[in-house]
Amino acid sequence: MAYSDKVLDHYNNPRNVGSMDKSSPDVGTGMVGAPECGDVMKLQVKVNPETGVIEDAKFKTFGCGSAIASSSLATEWLKGKTVDQALEIKNTDIVNELALPPVKIHCSVLAEDAIKAAIGDYKSKKTGALKPEAVAVH
Amino acid sequence: MKLPIYMDNHATTRMDPRVFEVMKPYFLEIFGNAASRNHSFGWEAEEAVEKARKQIADLIGATPKEIVFTSGATESNNLAIKGIAEMYAERGNHIITQATEHKAVLDTCKRLEKEGVRVTYLPVKTDGLIDLDQLRDAITDKTILITIMYANNEIGVVQPMAEIGKIAKEKGVLVHSDGVQAIGKIPVNVNKDGIDVLSLTAHKLYGPKGVGALYVRRRNPRVQITAQMDGGGHERGMRSGTLNVPGIAGLGAACEIANREMVEETKRLRFLRDKLKDRLMNDLDEVYINGSWEHRLPHNLNISFAYVEGESLLMGINDIAVSSGSACTSATLEPSYVLKALGAGDDLAHSSIRFGIGRFNTEEEVDYVGNKVAEVVKKLRELSPLYEMAKEGVDLSKVSWTAH
Repeated sequence: MAYSDKVLDHYNNPRNVGSMDKSSPDVGTGMVGAPECGDVMKLQVKVNPETGVIEDAKFKTFGCGSAIASSSLATEWLKGKTVDQALEIKNTDIVNELALPPVKIHCSVLAEDAIKAAIGDYKSKKTGALKPEAVAVH
Repeated sequence: MKLPIYMDNHATTRMDPRVFEVMKPYFLEIFGNAASRNHSFGWEAEEAVEKARKQIADLIGATPKEIVFTSGATESNNLAIKGIAEMYAERGNHIITQATEHKAVLDTCKRLEKEGVRVTYLPVKTDGLIDLDQLRDAITDKTILITIMYANNEIGVVQPMAEIGKIAKEKGVLVHSDGVQAIGKIPVNVNKDGIDVLSLTAHKLYGPKGVGALYVRRRNPRVQITAQMDGGGHERGMRSGTLNVPGIAGLGAACEIANREMVEETKRLRFLRDKLKDRLMNDLDEVYINGSWEHRLPHNLNISFAYVEGESLLMGINDIAVSSGSACTSATLEPSYVLKALGAGDDLAHSSIRFGIGRFNTEEEVDYVGNKVAEVVKKLRELSPLYEMAKEGVDLSKVSWTAH
């Protein structure tokens, strides 16, 4: 199977690889997938608590080239968006941007799930910090 | 050194130029039908076929009359298993095979199950070998056939055929073996190994694609097989169809070369394979060999690089042709059933790479492959959240993953 140029570019030069302190109140961490399924994505966002804007995003992915490219692309898109804008990123946007074939659509779904999980984690930390009794809502 | 490097010799092999030379005249000059009995065109073709029959027989310790030509090992396996099930239906309806067989055997057995044949699929141990006590226990008075591959196409594990043959003989059960990966690579002898029916194909031993053979024992016992294709009754009535004379000449030549050069070639391939293994294992942590190291083909290395997904590794070594047990490289999106059968866990199957070193690989190529693979594994581990967690001391088996 041939890979699109954009997938190859992200695979060869992945953007924003790394990890941030997951215990920091400004950092949201999402980890989705499972090793036995062949895909695990960890995506982190660092949010400015004043503005709600994502200032930094990092990822690490165990998975095929398309999964690596999907998460790399997601970190690029996340930076500069507010958390609410970030939740509007759809897996189909990733499919279109990377020209993923049908068998690789699940990689984009996983990336969308990772974004939602990371934002959700950040939001629950925030509500938790303000109203400790509300943590159970998540 | 030329790129890309081909190191997927369990899938197929490049034809040996010496084999090609032998085949050449049978396309344009000696084009007769080997079944034409009344002119020299036919006689010359027949002569080539009979020469090949002897070359094949010599490689496996058989006699030429015991060789039936086919289109390849898939056909040989189908013919052997279905042909025996049909011929011996009155004696019994039970076949024993094992979990890591090639699909040409497993799916043939599954089809027979639909027709009322009972099939036992023996599990394999973590080293990929079958348990001989389990084999013995599985045999009933209805068992007509044991079909166990000589060596596995993914992990290269070599089954104890001689012991299997002995057990079968005690119980009066026939033995078929898919010998595709073993023949021409390690010594195979139908008498010493107690094999009654043996499948082989040319393209795995530096011969052409589209031609294979089935050894069918004629004495002690005389094995009979019901033909699975109707026609002119070629090959002693077992396989109709005009013989592929150029292909057969090529198969014969490939067997003769393998027979003559096996000892030296094995030594060279084992050296290269071991060098590659040592290169990778000395440099990288958490690298696992899949299947028995001791009972293994000399040119096979099947290895899992923990925390690295196989397809992404293949992507990084795209100037090297190898294969992976990762789900992402299979049409079914399931990881290798062979590796799963070893019980190592799906995650190691996703991380596996199969190297098959062959006659035309050089030491320079092996060094290049070792360096490149190690480099890409390190890069992908930098990217792997699992590697990071493992380094932090997290027990990955205790994490509750969000199944996807």
